[in-house]
Order: sequence, then C-alpha cells, then structure tokens
Amino acid sequence: MSSTKRKPTMLEIAFAQAVKSIYVRFWRQVAAALGVVLGIAFFASVRTSQALTHLAPSGTADAEWATRLNWLSALSLVMCLVGISNSMLMSVTERYREIGTLKCLGASDRFVVFVFFLEALVLGVLASLVGTILGIGVAIGARAISDSVPDAPDVILAALRVGGISMLVGVALTVVASVLPAMQAARMPAAAALRVEV
Amino acid sequence: MNSAAADGQVPHHESELIVRTRDVAKTYVLGEHVVRALDGVSLDVHRGEYVSIMGPSGSGKSTLFNVIGGLDKPDKGSVYINEVDIAQLTPSELAFLRCHTIGYIFQTFNLIQVRTALENVTLPMLFAGMNAEEADEKGAQLLDAVGLGERLHHRPTELSGGQQQRVAIARALANAPAILLADEPTGNLDLRTGKEIIELLRRLNDERGVTIISATHDLKMLDVSDRIVYIRDGQIAKIETRGDLELSLGSVEGIGEEKW
Ligand SMILES: Nc1ncnc2c1ncn2[C@@H]1O[C@H](COP(=O)(O)OP(=O)(O)OP(=O)(O)O)[C@@H](O)[C@H]1O
Ligand SMILES: [Mg+2]
Repeated sequence: MSSTKRKPTMLEIAFAQAVKSIYVRFWRQVAAALGVVLGIAFFASVRTSQALTHLAPSGTADAEWATRLNWLSALSLVMCLVGISNSMLMSVTERYREIGTLKCLGASDRFVVFVFFLEALVLGVLASLVGTILGIGVAIGARAISDSVPDAPDVILAALRVGGISMLVGVALTVVASVLPAMQAARMPAAAALRVEV
Repeated sequence: MNSAAADGQVPHHESELIVRTRDVAKTYVLGEHVVRALDGVSLDVHRGEYVSIMGPSGSGKSTLFNVIGGLDKPDKGSVYINEVDIAQLTPSELAFLRCHTIGYIFQTFNLIQVRTALENVTLPMLFAGMNAEEADEKGAQLLDAVGLGERLHHRPTELSGGQQQRVAIARALANAPAILLADEPTGNLDLRTGKEIIELLRRLNDERGVTIISATHDLKMLDVSDRIVYIRDGQIAKIETRGDLELSLGSVEGIGEEKW
C-alpha cells in the first residue's frame, strides 16, 4: 500500500478525506479556527503596535511603554500557544474513534497523521490569515485614532514583516498542535483508540 | 503443534485453520485491581465456519475480538491468522492484514461520519490500491447485496441503525476478506432488525464462504452458528457445535470441552 499504485495515491486519498472532513464538519472547524484567529490577531496587533512605536515614537511613548509592549508580545505568544493547542487537541481527541476505524480499514499510521496534517495546514493558513489581517488592522486603526500614523511605505513594510511572522507562527503552531496528538492516537493500538468516548 | 483437522466436533474437518489462538492471555491492571480479561484462550477456527462467542458481560468477548483482529496485543500467547503469528508482523504488514484479510463489524457501526455510504465502502478498496471507478462499481454492488442499493449517497446520520450496520457489513466485505469479525453486531438494534442482520451474515457466510466470528449476547445468533464458544471469566467454558444443538437441545452438556 505504501507503494504508489496506479490510480489514487495515498496522498490523494488523504487529501480527499481531509477536504471532506473540513467540508462536512465546517462549523466545528470554524469553532476550532476561532481559537487560532483570536490568538494570532492578538499577537499580530501587539507586534504591529511595537513596530509602529519603533518607527515613530508617539508623543506619549516612553521607555516604560516599550517594555510593556515587549511583555505583551511575549504574553500574546503564550496565549496563542495555549489557545491553539487547546482547540486542536480537542478536535483530535473527538476523533479517536475515527482514527481507530481508519486503522481497521487498513490505513497506515502515516496515512492517519497525514490527513490531520493536511486539515491543520488548511485550517492554519486560513485562520492565521484572518487573524493576521484583523490584528494588524486593529493596531493601525488604534494608532490612527490616538496619534499620527508614520509614513505609508514604512507602515506597509512593517505590516508585511509582522504579517509574515504571524502567519508563520500561526500555521506552525496549528500544524504541530494537531499532528502531535494525531501521531499519538495513530500509534496506540486500534482497540484503545476505538474505546475512547468523548 | 499442528493439531489440525480430525477433531470430530468440527464440521469443516477437511478445511484448513484460518484462525488459531494459543494460550492467549490479557490482563488489565486498574490500580490495585487486576482483571484477567483473557486467561489462556486456545481456539481453532476453520475456514468457512460461523462461530459465535457467547458469554456474560465482562467475560472477555470484546478483548478476544480485539486480539484476534490484531487491534490489541495479548500479554501472553499467540494469534495465528492463516498460520502467520500476527505478533511478528510489522505495522505496515498489520495494516495490510486489516485491509485485505479481516473485515470488522462493531456494535456501534463505526462508520466514517464525513463519508457517504458508498464512500465508506470504497475507502478500504482505495487503501488496497484499487482505482476509483472500479471501487465505486464494486462498492455499489456490495451495498446492493446488503439491500442498500438505493442509499449509496446517504451519510451515516441520514441512515437508521440497521441501515448503518448494513453499510458497515458491506464495508467489511470491501476487499473480499477471508474473515469477518463482529463484536455484538446486533447489540444496538431492535429485535427484527437484529434478526435481519443475522440472516444477512448467515447468507454471506453461505454464499461467499467468508469465515464469521461473532461475539454476541443475542440468542438468535445460536440458530445460525456452526459452533458456539462459551467464555466465562476469560476462559473457554465449553464449545457446542450445531449438531449438539439440533440433536438434543442442551442435554449433552460439555461435549466439546476444549483440552490442549
Ligand atoms: N481497557 C480496559 N481497561 C481495563 N479493563 C478492561 C479494559 N477492557 C476490558 N477490561 C475488562 O476486561 C474484562 C473483559 O472485558 P470485555 O470488554 O472483553 O468483556 P465483554 O465480554 O466484551 O463484555 P460485554 O458483553 O459487556 O461487551 C472486563 O472485566 C473489563 O472490565
Ligand atoms: Mg464487549
């Protein structure tokens, strides 16, 4: 089975399964994605405020404000970590039975993990994108209300840099938080996975 | 070790052994409490047999089902499928065995919720490397054979319990397995639907020659079984063959007592 046979490859079967799973479980997936969106939005907004302060220290800004932003940035990262791993862990745990069943049908451990990897990848990219845009938008908006915004090209550059980092953090956290528990579930005896009731 | 054939209790004395367990033991430790779920079970099943495993709740039926199906590992003893010790298989060989040799049926149906009836049935075929059109065609045939030809594109949530179990049976047959393992397949069904499922299993056993091993509480299962294995506290208490049942309803107590 690991060798690529004529028609659908393992990758294609896994991809089809992941797509069905996202499609049919849409609202459940949205709920899981919300954790990612909020975490990343917070992270991106703090990062953006930081970058803006760095570009053009606003009137009220002082050293104390800068350190406070540093703390906030670290805190937002921890929040991301907890929020994302919690929602992904939940959505994998709900599906232990499905994992056990897939194994009964002849799925390899690798196939199971791969399905979860693909789902998390799609979910992570979409949710992080929404969160990033939201976070950067809010930060720039807040700055515009309270103070003058620095030159547009500088802001765009800063936003792109923050956006890149936020996307990376969001996708990586989502994928890792999904694949690790999926790996654990795939490795346990199928009978044990089937027994789990949530 | 090859004690095959020629014990008179077995109706299929010519055929080879398809499942063989030897002194299988499985213990669960819950804190101070030690549960011997299986305690030295040695059982031979011949190709084409219909074997029911009966026993009170907690006697070890599901544990035996899991161990025979390679879903769980025994602490002691061995399980041979087609004379291969499954403890020796690599994970991918075990996946191959589950895909091709054994079909599983559960009390709770265990369909993949996000896939339609047909998609559930074709999934094991895709795992086996069949192309999609061929799988669809064969899947539709199988669903037709279990009486669900009209329900190909329904999701599990849109089917009744009996219909879901039929999908599960069709799916279990996907790669023409030699063995169908069932754990209380009628446990969640009403009397009449349960009877239909039992008749369906019997028919598949007759027509396709698939070996059926079914754990059950269901007395209706007795009528169709070739042999009934009674287990109690993780041990085989007695084995009755169809002949015993038909000749004298239960008066020849303990005729097939297993002794190795
Ligand atoms: N995962 C487990 N952890 C601890 N004990 C277990 C586990 N699985 C089974 N047992 C114990 O092993 C014994 C046999 O359980 P098993 O599920 O095989 O019984 P059963 O015959 O299938 O019962 P039922 O008819 O109720 O399904 C029981 O005493 C049960 O409590
Ligand atoms: Mg049971």
